[in-house]
Amino acid sequence: MRRALGLFAFLSFIIFLLAAAISLRPFGEPPHAEMDTYFIEHAQEEASANNVVTSVVFDYRGFDTLGEATVLFTAVSGVLMALRHYGGKEK
Amino acid sequence: MNGSIFVNLPFIVVAVLLALGFYTIGFKRNLIKVVIGVEILEGAVNMFIVALGYVKGGYAPIYTQAPPEAAGKMVLPTPQALTLTSIVIGVAVSALMLAFAVNIYKHYGTLDVTKIRRLRG
Amino acid sequence: MTTTIIRTTTKILAPLILVFGSYIILHGHLTPGGGFQGGAVFASGLALLIVANNKEKVKELFDKVPLSQLESLGALGFLGIGALGLMGYTFLKNVIANSDFLFGAPTPKGINPGYLNTGGTLSYLNIFVGTKVLAGLTSIVLIFFLILRRERDEW
Repeated sequence: MRRALGLFAFLSFIIFLLAAAISLRPFGEPPHAEMDTYFIEHAQEEASANNVVTSVVFDYRGFDTLGEATVLFTAVSGVLMALRHYGGKEK
Repeated sequence: MNGSIFVNLPFIVVAVLLALGFYTIGFKRNLIKVVIGVEILEGAVNMFIVALGYVKGGYAPIYTQAPPEAAGKMVLPTPQALTLTSIVIGVAVSALMLAFAVNIYKHYGTLDVTKIRRLRG
Repeated sequence: MTTTIIRTTTKILAPLILVFGSYIILHGHLTPGGGFQGGAVFASGLALLIVANNKEKVKELFDKVPLSQLESLGALGFLGIGALGLMGYTFLKNVIANSDFLFGAPTPKGINPGYLNTGGTLSYLNIFVGTKVLAGLTSIVLIFFLILRRERDEW
């Protein structure tokens, strides 16, 4: 009974997803993005880099990248903590 | 709106991947399969973000030795930067989930979700 | 899993993968890639080295590599380069760009062949983030290897 109910909910969720995907705006025509146009035009003089994606990651959104590095550090220390009892004394 | 199935094919693929990931998370009992479902969800979300920023006929937003007609037609860079963030975080989180799966297997002797209910010292 | 095929393939392939990872880290501001991707490529090369050797060799090999120190060095370097921007500007401001320092040459406007001596703080941040990512991913792979090898050494 519970499994049938879950299956029904799942099927209706699939129908919702497909309807949303079809009724979304057409692929390949994003709305006018002022911020991205600014990045593409000014990245070479402000960040002094040819790669606009890297200049967004490390310059315009550098604080975001700092948080990401913190997440990576937390995950690594979480793995080391979770497996500490079985690893013995290595690292 | 006026988007047909063939124009919006990447979004349809994203929807199918999302459905597969949710099915795997909700209806599978093995913890490793649940982790694989989370990975599928993550791939779907990354693909959705990149597909939102695509400009028809655009080029990669890199000026190094680009073709001369690429200067005015570049793909939006911010979604790609966010996807980069998301990928690295996904790798870290999947490693953490697998570590906890190893821990659970050593502790309970099974990976079945329905059998991990008993409290054991 | 340490068969002759894997050992021979690793001998040929691992130096190439390590060099390619360093190339991606160093050219992060010019070509597709950056610190995260290059660090992942470098860590995959080290993972190949880990998988192809047996446990004693791996322990002997990685005892001298200060992985956690490298990771802390990456994080502290990132914070230090970010704090450089506090000299008159905001945190993480690109102060080295368009100056005479290393990696400080100005980039010509428009499409160009790409010059390595540009990028400002981006290049330093790429190097530090690459160090951090390769240390973190390698330590994850190493701890899984050491634990899963512990019981069944005859794989």
